Amino acid sequence: MSSSVLILLLPFISFVVSGIWGRKYLKNFSGILGTVCMLVSFILAASVAYNYFFVTGRVGGQYLGTIPFEMNWLRFTNELSINIGILIDPISVMMLLVVTFISLMVHVYSLGYMKGEERYATYYSFLSLFTFSMLGLVVATNIFQTYVFWELVGVSSFLLIGFYFQKASAVAASKKAFIVTRFADLGFLAGILVLSYYSGSLDFKEIIARYTDPANPHLQAIATASFGGVSALSWALTLIFIGGAGKSAMFPLHIWLPDAMEGPTPVSALIHAATMVVAGVYLVARLFPVYAISCPAALHVVAIVGVISAAFAALIACTQTDIKRVLAYSTMSQIGFMMFALGVSKYGGEEGLGYMASMFHLFTHAVFKALLFLCAGTIIHHVHSNELKDMGGLRKSMPLTHITFLLACLAIAGIPPFAGFFSKEEILSAAFQHDPVIYWAAIATAALTSFYMFRLFFMTFYYDGEKKAEAHGHDDHSAGHSSIAMTGVQVVLAIGAVVAGFVPFGQFVSSDGFALPTHIDISFSVLPVSLSIGGILLAMFFFYKKSDKAIRISEGLGSVFVTLKHKFYIDEIYAFVTKKIIFNLIAAPAAWIDKNIVDGMMNTFAKATEVFSFSLSGWQSGKVQSYAAWFLAGVLSLVLISLYLLQLL
Amino acid sequence: MQLFYLLKNEWMLSFMMVVLLILKVADNGRSHSSWIRIFNGLMLVLCVAGWLMPTVEGEAFGGMFFSYKAGAFAKNLLCTGTLFIGLIGEDWLKKTRHVVEFYLLIISTLMGMCFMISAGHMLMFYLSLELASIPLAAMCNFGFEERRSGEAAMKLILSSAFSSGLMLMGISFLYGATGTLSFAQLTLMSSYEPLFIIGFVLLFTGIVFKLSVVPFHLWTADVYEGSPAPVTAFLSVISKGAMVMVFAYILYHVFGALNDVWYTLLYVLSIATMVIGNLFAIRQQNLKRFLAFSSITQIGYILVGISGSSAEGFTAAMYFIVVYLFSNIVAFGVITHIASKTGNETIDSYKGLAKTNPFLAWSMAIALFSLAGVPPTAGFFGKIFLLKAGVGTGNFVLIIVAALNMIVALYYYLRVIRAMFMDSNENAIQPLESGLSLRIALFVCLAGIILTGFAGSIYEYILNLNVGL
Repeated sequence: MSSSVLILLLPFISFVVSGIWGRKYLKNFSGILGTVCMLVSFILAASVAYNYFFVTGRVGGQYLGTIPFEMNWLRFTNELSINIGILIDPISVMMLLVVTFISLMVHVYSLGYMKGEERYATYYSFLSLFTFSMLGLVVATNIFQTYVFWELVGVSSFLLIGFYFQKASAVAASKKAFIVTRFADLGFLAGILVLSYYSGSLDFKEIIARYTDPANPHLQAIATASFGGVSALSWALTLIFIGGAGKSAMFPLHIWLPDAMEGPTPVSALIHAATMVVAGVYLVARLFPVYAISCPAALHVVAIVGVISAAFAALIACTQTDIKRVLAYSTMSQIGFMMFALGVSKYGGEEGLGYMASMFHLFTHAVFKALLFLCAGTIIHHVHSNELKDMGGLRKSMPLTHITFLLACLAIAGIPPFAGFFSKEEILSAAFQHDPVIYWAAIATAALTSFYMFRLFFMTFYYDGEKKAEAHGHDDHSAGHSSIAMTGVQVVLAIGAVVAGFVPFGQFVSSDGFALPTHIDISFSVLPVSLSIGGILLAMFFFYKKSDKAIRISEGLGSVFVTLKHKFYIDEIYAFVTKKIIFNLIAAPAAWIDKNIVDGMMNTFAKATEVFSFSLSGWQSGKVQSYAAWFLAGVLSLVLISLYLLQLL
Repeated sequence: MQLFYLLKNEWMLSFMMVVLLILKVADNGRSHSSWIRIFNGLMLVLCVAGWLMPTVEGEAFGGMFFSYKAGAFAKNLLCTGTLFIGLIGEDWLKKTRHVVEFYLLIISTLMGMCFMISAGHMLMFYLSLELASIPLAAMCNFGFEERRSGEAAMKLILSSAFSSGLMLMGISFLYGATGTLSFAQLTLMSSYEPLFIIGFVLLFTGIVFKLSVVPFHLWTADVYEGSPAPVTAFLSVISKGAMVMVFAYILYHVFGALNDVWYTLLYVLSIATMVIGNLFAIRQQNLKRFLAFSSITQIGYILVGISGSSAEGFTAAMYFIVVYLFSNIVAFGVITHIASKTGNETIDSYKGLAKTNPFLAWSMAIALFSLAGVPPTAGFFGKIFLLKAGVGTGNFVLIIVAALNMIVALYYYLRVIRAMFMDSNENAIQPLESGLSLRIALFVCLAGIILTGFAGSIYEYILNLNVGL
């Protein structure tokens, strides 16, 4: 199956061609080239998916992984060698589809969005490089290959976030993203080293086979070896999860994500919504059998971190005033959903519902979150600002974006029959089966989700004082600026956001490869859906029109309602609960902690290094005599150390 | 014929020295900048011949000289590296008016390194070590009009003398404890006797001094900063490469029995080296000084790999030397070029370089990414292999310290890249014309940075060299 190799190769070719010749010769052609390469890539991915899911993949009712291409790359020792290859199994095929599709959409959208940009060719070459790295990560046959591409993804996202390098904030953001995720990658690397030290293999297949069989000597070795009272296996898996948490912006390693919004908006759609940030989820899913069978403790960590991130980010999202930052925190929150869904899952059969739900949500989320970002891009293009206060009343001048954005919001809020509803239901029912605390936290977060998403929606498209609408009146013709490429992509993705949920996902992807029927239980859905609708109404109540809501209603409905209202103080209670408690008491402090403490930790580390470095400077005096003295001191201490060792021996 | 192949690099280098001496006598003190190309051509012939000639394993001169596959590889590598340094230094050499002397010195120190790698006896080792270091001091003084250059030479020679003294004392202790100085005999007679251990530790410090391991590193920054850039490149690439090779060989094959002693020493020293090297590197403004400290840190990573005490550790160290050679030559190539054209050596003066000199800026960026260990450059793989070898002993503390340091290092390498690409500057360095020699050297080394990582066969080749050992 050489076509699977071609899926990776095409973006790479596009990267090389527009990277080398783009700036001089192919200035405007590089966009088309990249897009065509992605289109072919996507078609190939779709055919691979079709072949795998409907023709060759299922053996005896179970989907097994196959490796159509593999070559021996590095031989470490006689037993341990590193291969590079392509692994085709349900989740990698699913990811191939998602990555190529979203990337194609972003390529097309950028044709319009980046038009006239001076470094147009560079932009497309970076975009292709990113897609190539992401695809390489997805199809990795061994954990080392994953790591290599993982780092490569980091590099290319660094390049893309810092694309507007004239802006100081973009430079700072790209550097921050790079260094914070490298920090997490350190955990990943240490985890890989520990894991492979005991397993003697780096292949996923071998690692999973060796670490899931209780009788296997490799598993016994790693499970009995302990460090600080915790088994080496738990360490390894937790460290690997830290790597994943860094890329997936889980608390407290998420600090780079909101800043990363400095990049061009289509880039945010690709990297910070659909592909790179789910790499962590994918990584845990990839090693899921090891987590679930041999080390539930590590999986528990995943669940807790996931649910904290989901709730924390949702709270912060309510307070943000920058459209992309709201979306960034919402992404973090949704990835938290995927993480804890994995965390509450077990391996095999019905028990593995969480795994399926997590992958399902990854799939649907990619579509509607990319749509949200691209709509945001169109809006920013239109009003030339990220700030919500500069928007409002845009529904008239941007009718199409209004509709598509609404569909995406309905999807993320989990309103049936939009895509997010199906996947979120599966996640909630998985959580319900295994952990009531997580379930209730998830329900609350889901309600909050619909609140902040519709706050965003209403503040952008409604919430107009008359003044606002006028201010944008003369801009009406400029709505035509959003080219066909941009609007076309929005329509395609909006269709996706509506229908993606109807895919019988459990048929294809499940923890053990056997089909898992998806079922929607109406009675179970009532609570989350009604809470979501409640969230929407609340948002509408506050942000539909720019005025003091409570007064307006009381005037409009006359004295009866005033009495009623004052009798029961419903509005006041509502306002009190949302404004005072949720905003001031929980969300605002959470945002403050995020900004000053979590973010500050990194700064403190950097400061401390700087200060320490400065205090050492006296050592380097420039005097040879003092160098000799230090030399002698060094020699003597080494002699002492070795003589001391000698005594021990 | 056997002897000819055994000492192939040494023969050729001596021959070249004789040619240079004759030329020197015949030249009447005229300036001969056109000879540079000829000398570089001769070096090229020497390298190609070295790589093509068959490698013979065996010993000569009653065990004083000992040739082995990995050693032969290292010698060829060092010769090739020297060729590159001749290429990147061409512009600078034209200005010095002492072309023949420079080549004489560089070739004698190179010959010292070759003998050192093949030494089979402590005396041989000591003599060749001195042969490798004394001409270096003279080379440091090549910036004649600059005071700091003379200072660098003085510092190097004084510090070397000090360390040699201690090392000689160590060697005499070893002799006192065993009655022999031949490597083969020492291997058999090594023991945990205190005299022997002290002798070993003194010898050990003599070598780690040359490697600039903390706390024996203090000479490094001053010497690197004071010397002309191509000499700094030679010091940091060729000299360090040879020492790593010898160090690993002596530890593994002569004092293998003292594994638990030197493992602990490496453990302590590598942590100190990585941390201190990094902390100093953060604040440097002068690029040569900056690279001096960064090379100290790199040596720390190599020590982590060597501490793995396995064939894998040896291979990882050698592989890293290959990568390190390519990356540093590119970095120094750019620095040399800019320094010799404009005299600028600070990070600030590199601001906006990408606009005016995109080729130089990109070369530098790739080299720095490789030094920082960012994929897909070979430096990434080099570091991974070192860590992988280091974890072979199950010491995770060392690995975590190493990995943490890599992140700090990433920060300061990015600082330079940021200056070149992202900071704007009205007085950015003007577009510079780069000569053919420089271009060739940069292109080959850049290709090396990319390909060494991806061509798995290179790693395998090095691994196979070590199988017999």
